Amino acid sequence: MLEVTTINKWPHYRDRFVQLVIYLLVFLVSAVFAWILFDLARGGLTHLSWEFLIESPRDAGRAGGIGSVLVSTLLILLVALTAALPLAWTTAALLAEYVPTTSQFGVTVRFSLQVLAGVPSIVFGLFGNAFFSVYLGLGFSILSGGLTLACMLLPILVSTAEAGLRAVPQSYRLSAAALGMSRTATLFHLLLPVAAPTLAAGLLLGIGRAIAETAALLFTSGYVDRMPGSLLDSGRALALHIFDLSMNVPGGDTPAYASALVLVVLLLCINMLAMKLAYGLQRRKIMTT
Amino acid sequence: MITTHKRLLLFSLTCLAIGFGWFASADANAASQRLVLTGSSTVAPLVGEIVRKYESMHPGVRIDVQTGGSSRGINDTRNGIADIGMVSRALKPNEKDLHAYTIALDGVSVILHASNPVSVLSKQQIADIYTGKITNWKSVGGADARITVVNKAEGRSTLELFLQYFQLKNSQIKPHIIIGDNPQGIKTITGNPHAVGYVSIGAAEYEAKRGAPIRLLALDGVDASVAHVHSGAFPLSRPLNLITSHVPQGLAQHFITFARSQQTHELVEAQYFVPISAE
Amino acid sequence: MFQSVQNDALTCWVLRAGAVISALVMLLILAFLLIESWPVLDQITPARFFTDTSWHPIEGTYNLTPMLSGTLLASMGALLLAIPLGITSALFIVFYAPTHLALPYKRMIELLAGIPSVVFGFWGLTTLVPLINQLHPPGASLLAAILVLTLMILPTITLTTYSALKAVPSEFLHNAAALGLSRWGMIHGIAFPAARSGIVAGVILAAGRAIGETMAVLMVAGNVVQHPEGLFDPIRTLAANIALEMAYAMGDHRAVLFVSGLLLMLLVMVLSAMASKIGKNQYA
Repeated sequence: MLEVTTINKWPHYRDRFVQLVIYLLVFLVSAVFAWILFDLARGGLTHLSWEFLIESPRDAGRAGGIGSVLVSTLLILLVALTAALPLAWTTAALLAEYVPTTSQFGVTVRFSLQVLAGVPSIVFGLFGNAFFSVYLGLGFSILSGGLTLACMLLPILVSTAEAGLRAVPQSYRLSAAALGMSRTATLFHLLLPVAAPTLAAGLLLGIGRAIAETAALLFTSGYVDRMPGSLLDSGRALALHIFDLSMNVPGGDTPAYASALVLVVLLLCINMLAMKLAYGLQRRKIMTT
Repeated sequence: MITTHKRLLLFSLTCLAIGFGWFASADANAASQRLVLTGSSTVAPLVGEIVRKYESMHPGVRIDVQTGGSSRGINDTRNGIADIGMVSRALKPNEKDLHAYTIALDGVSVILHASNPVSVLSKQQIADIYTGKITNWKSVGGADARITVVNKAEGRSTLELFLQYFQLKNSQIKPHIIIGDNPQGIKTITGNPHAVGYVSIGAAEYEAKRGAPIRLLALDGVDASVAHVHSGAFPLSRPLNLITSHVPQGLAQHFITFARSQQTHELVEAQYFVPISAE
Repeated sequence: MFQSVQNDALTCWVLRAGAVISALVMLLILAFLLIESWPVLDQITPARFFTDTSWHPIEGTYNLTPMLSGTLLASMGALLLAIPLGITSALFIVFYAPTHLALPYKRMIELLAGIPSVVFGFWGLTTLVPLINQLHPPGASLLAAILVLTLMILPTITLTTYSALKAVPSEFLHNAAALGLSRWGMIHGIAFPAARSGIVAGVILAAGRAIGETMAVLMVAGNVVQHPEGLFDPIRTLAANIALEMAYAMGDHRAVLFVSGLLLMLLVMVLSAMASKIGKNQYA
C-alpha cells in the first residue's frame, strides 16, 4: 500500500513571501530614519561649534548660539524635577509597599495617573496657562513652565518607580521584618537602594520626555531668548527654539538644524544611560509605556 | 556606603539651594524696575531692539516683551496685565479710553516670490485671487501654475487692515496656507515660488535686504517702499503705537519718551519702519 | 534615625499625602479646563459647535467640525500606515531577524520613539513639504500631516507589539514548532491570537497619541480650517488650532479653545480606558 503524497509547497512560498515583505518594510523604516538623521547632520553639523553652545542667540537666533536657551531648558527641567520627584516617588512607594492592590484608594490613584498619562501635551499647556500663569499669577515664567512639566512627568515617574519597587524580591522584605526593622527603615535603607537603578532609569526617561516637550511650554514659559535672571523670568526651551527658528525666522534653518542635532544627541545620551541602568523585566516594562 | 550617599545628597541639595537662592534673590531686585509689554507681533521686534538699548543704558531695569496681537495688547493694557500695549494700527473709536503714542509708521504690502514674473496686480485682481476667483498665475500674466494663497490667522491687525482695504470678510477668503507672524509669512513665500501673501513692509524689507527672495508689489500704482510710507502716498499705511490705560508715569513714561525720541531713530530705520519726528 | 517603629505611622501619612496630591492633579486639570470653558458653555449651546457656518471667531462663528474631521482623518491615515509598518517591525525583531540585526534595529526604534515632535515637524517642513509641493501645491497638506504622524506613532506600535509578542508563553511557540507549523503559520495561527489584545491596546494608545499631537502637525499641515477634499488639501487639527490661536484669543474665543481642549482630553481618556480594558484581558 504505497501512498503517493505530493508535498504542498504553498506554505513554503507563502512564508518566503511574508519574509520578503517584512524585510522590505523594515528596510523602508530604516531608510527613512537614516534619511532624517542624515538631513539633520548635513544641515547642522557645520554650524555646530563651542561658541554655538555658549553664546546667546542674536538677530532672532540667526547668529550667535543657544547658550541662554540651554540654561533656560536646564532651569525648567530642574523646577519640574524638584516638584515632581518627591510627589512621584512617595506615590510609588505608597502604591508598591503600603497599599494593597485592590484597595479603593490605590485603584483611584492609579486610575487618575493613567488618565494623566494620556492627556495631550497641548491640554497641559492650556491648564498650565490657566492655573499657573493666570490664576497663580506667575505669568510667562520658567516656574510656570516647570510646574506644568511636573504635572506631565508624574505618570511616567510613578509607573517606573512602582515597577522598580515591585521588582525587589519579597524575600528582602521578609528578611527585614524578621530582623525587626521598621517599615520605614526597610523602605529607606533596603528597598530604595536596591531599586535605585530602576528609579534612576525612570528619572532619565522623565528627563528625556521633558526636554522634548514643546506644546506645554508655549503658553507657560514663553519665548524670550535672553539669559533668564530668575525663575520668574520668561525663558525659551530648546525645543521651542527649534520651533521658532523653523517657523518664524527666514534664514533660521541652519541654526535650527544645529539646535535639533544638539537636542537629538542629548536625548540619545540620556536614553542610552537609561537603558544601561534598567535591565531585564524592568526594561521591558519601562520602554514600552 | 550609606555615608557617601548621604554626603552626595547633602552636597547636591546645597548646590541646588544656592542656585535657587541666587535666582530668587535676583528676582527680588528686579521686581521694582520691571515693565511688561504685550501686543502686536509686527511691533515686537522693534520694541525688542529699543528695550535692549534701554536696558543697556539703565542696568537693573527688566522689560519683558511678549506677542499676542494688537487686540491682546489692548485687552492686557485695559486689565493691567501689561503695563504698555503694542498696537500696529490706529485706535478705534471705542478705544478712546486708552492713550496712544506713535513710535513709527509702517505699511502692509502684498509680496510674491522673486522668481515670479508677475510684477503688477490690480486691486481687483488681488481681491479675486484671495476669494478664489482667479486660481492660476497665467490669468494674471504669469506662469501656468496654481496660485498658493497665504492668509494671516485671525486676531492680527495686519489681517484686519487687509480686509478693510479690499472690502472683504475673512469668511470670503479661500486660503491655502494660514500663517501667524510676518516672518512666518515671508518664510512661507520664500519656500514656495507660486505663493502670494501680505505682510508688514518693515518686515518684508528687513528680510529682503537679508537675502530673502521676495518682491513687494505696488498697490494702486504706488510702490511699496519705506519712502512712500513716509510721504503718506502708500494707501495701506498704519501707525505703530504704544498704548497705556492712563497717562503713563515713572518707568513707563520714561520708556515711552525714550522710544519716541531721536535716540531710537536708527533702530526704527534698521527695522525698515518710518521714524516719526518727536514732538 | 529611622529606626523606631513610631516613625512608621508618620511615613505612612507622608506617603499618603504625596499620593493624594498626585491624584488631585488630574482633578485640578479637569476643574480648570471646565472653569475656563464655562463662560462659553453657558451662552453657546453645544450644538453650535457643529452647526455654525464656519470657524471665524472674529465673526462669532465657532464650528468645530472641519477641525474635528481634520484631526480624525490625519490620525486614521497615520494609523493605516503605521499599523502594518509597526507590526512588521515587531515581527522582524522577535521572529525574523538574526540576533545581530534585531538588537540594533530595536535600539533604532527606541531612539525614534524619543525624538521630539518638533524635530519631526522641522524635517517635515524642510524636506517633506517641498517634495509634496512639487507633486501638487501647496505642499503643506493632509498628506504631510499623515506622513509625519506615521513617523511618530510607528515606534509606539512597534514597541507595544514587541512586548505583547514577547509575552506569548514560549510553550505555545515550541508546540507550534513541534507540530511542524511554518514560521508564518506559527505567527498567524498562534502568536497573533495570543498577543492580539496587547497589540490592539498598543494601537489604541498610538491613536490617542496621534489625536493629541500638536507641534509636528502645526508645522506641516497648512492650518486652513476646512474639510479636506483630497490628500493634498491643507487641514487644521484641534490641537494645532489651540496652539495657533491661544496666544491671540480673548473672551469667548479663548473659552471655545478650552472647550476644544476638553474635547481632546475626553477623546483621549475614552481611548486609554478602552486600551487598558482590552489590555487587561491579555493572556499572559
